[in-house]
Amino acid sequence: MFELRELRHAYDSADVLSVAAWQVEQGSQWLVLGPSGSGKTTLLHILAGILKPTAGRISIAGQDLTALRPAELDRFRGQRIGIVLQRLHLVPSLTVMNNLSLAQYLAGLPQDGARVREVLTSLDVAGKAGAYPHELSFGQAQRVAVARAVVNRPKLLLTDEPTSNLDDARCAQAYGLLESQARACGATLVIATHDQRIKARMSNHYELKAQP
Amino acid sequence: MNLATVSLAYLRARALSTALNVLLLALGIATITLLLLATSQLEERMQRDARGIDLVVGAKGSPMQIILSSIYQLDVPTGNVSWKQAQELARHRMVKKVIPLALADNYRGHRIVGTNHDYVAHYNARLAQGRLWQAPLEAVLGAEIAAQTGLAMGATFVGAHGMGAGEGEGVMHETHSYRVVGVLAPTGTVVDRVVLTDVASVWAVHADQYDIKDVARVAELMPDDEKELTALLIQYASPLAVAMLPRYINQNSAMQAASPAYETARLFTIIGVGVDVLRAFALVLIIAAGLSVFIALYNALLERRYDLAVMRTLGASPGKLMALMLFEGALLAGIGAALGLALGHVLTEALGYAFKAAKQVAVTGWTWHNSEIWLIVLALAVGVVAALLPAWRAYRTDIAGTLARG
Repeated sequence: MFELRELRHAYDSADVLSVAAWQVEQGSQWLVLGPSGSGKTTLLHILAGILKPTAGRISIAGQDLTALRPAELDRFRGQRIGIVLQRLHLVPSLTVMNNLSLAQYLAGLPQDGARVREVLTSLDVAGKAGAYPHELSFGQAQRVAVARAVVNRPKLLLTDEPTSNLDDARCAQAYGLLESQARACGATLVIATHDQRIKARMSNHYELKAQP
Repeated sequence: MNLATVSLAYLRARALSTALNVLLLALGIATITLLLLATSQLEERMQRDARGIDLVVGAKGSPMQIILSSIYQLDVPTGNVSWKQAQELARHRMVKKVIPLALADNYRGHRIVGTNHDYVAHYNARLAQGRLWQAPLEAVLGAEIAAQTGLAMGATFVGAHGMGAGEGEGVMHETHSYRVVGVLAPTGTVVDRVVLTDVASVWAVHADQYDIKDVARVAELMPDDEKELTALLIQYASPLAVAMLPRYINQNSAMQAASPAYETARLFTIIGVGVDVLRAFALVLIIAAGLSVFIALYNALLERRYDLAVMRTLGASPGKLMALMLFEGALLAGIGAALGLALGHVLTEALGYAFKAAKQVAVTGWTWHNSEIWLIVLALAVGVVAALLPAWRAYRTDIAGTLARG
């Protein structure tokens, strides 16, 4: 589970995000909705521990993120949090296999080839293990990005606009992947989007309001 | 998967730029390696040839020419000195040992050096075959001469007048032929490149006007006043001689004293100007390589800012990203240095091969000079310094800002 309390973030003394309190059960799946400029991405970055909020407390899986030293935070992020970005951002000079090994290496975890293959197989891209990102179709690249996010069995899986540029069929497919992979490793799933198509599929919604 | 795998993958992804940087650095390192190997070997060889010789005395003329002609067998002698004066000098109390040299002829461009057995002993030359000369017109071949001319034990040959072939003075001394009685083992000194014989042989070959029939007794039959030598290699009996003997000789005789230490140092100063120019050129190449590595890494950093941000989201600490860039710079430099050293050695060997054809001082590329370690250190330092700013930028990567823009 994670918990946010009195969270506020400001750029140049203008608030871009404020969350009074938000508590989420471990393993639940949430949709963060809101118009552009309501701070969805900022909230996601704060949850991922790559942005330090201006004020407030945030704890994930019982760990107070604001209490961690930078190096501990990096390690925590690598081991407990998986992130799928809208543009996927696979490392282009590394093979699919190595993109996943990189996630294990950078998180300071033992490099487990069996786990990498297992995840790739569950996402139906094991055949592309030796391919480079530019050799993949978009659908395959998306599966690899999800695989990389879950390879370390995170407690929290965050995704930012995973479906905004996809047609309906692919949108459903992408959502299905995230949903099933999060469930498979018991991770809390948070999807930030303004894509209304997903809204119907998820029961837990958290609405952000545009900042004045 | 580790820093090396990631760095290598990135270098491979930019193969052309990587190749250019490696090549630039390798050329600089190769040039310095070549200079280092060639000059150190040349210097070592020249020092080995001159070791233990405190003073060379020859006819009045250029001291440098005296040293080059009598120690290194390179230049023509300045003239001759009288045997009687040489004898007087040998008796001087500050002189410990005198090795006489009589130069006049060559065999197919190889010098025939009339001397005594002290010359062989001075260079610690050992016989590979046969014995040393006991009588005039017996010859002992240096190792390289034996290999190049193919003269075997017991073979005879005649000398040609002059110091080298093709100088238009190659009158053959047909009436007096030498006989090979010994071959020396290689010494790595000037001895390898000469034909050795008795001083009296040289007298005999040039004493036609005295009509000496019994060559074995030429030293007795020839009037002392007519006997001449080309140069004397001298060892001092006391350190005091350094200050006194050269001046004594230059002022009180028709001879000229030349100090090998001083003249070779002077020679290296002259060569050194050229070497310095080349070295400066090589350093410019290395600096250019450093700049090129810097630009390549900086561009790579800009291209990779999303990769770096993503690596941070995957758990990489800022220090790790910094290490990644530094490692990449060092890796690039390391490959360049390795290639440069290899290239430098091959070029030196090629140069040595070209020199060998010109019968000059032998240089080989198949040797290691300890300063090469410093070349590696220099190259790595260039790589790391070039990577410093990109590494710092990588360290400071603003993850959220970069991803938000992406």
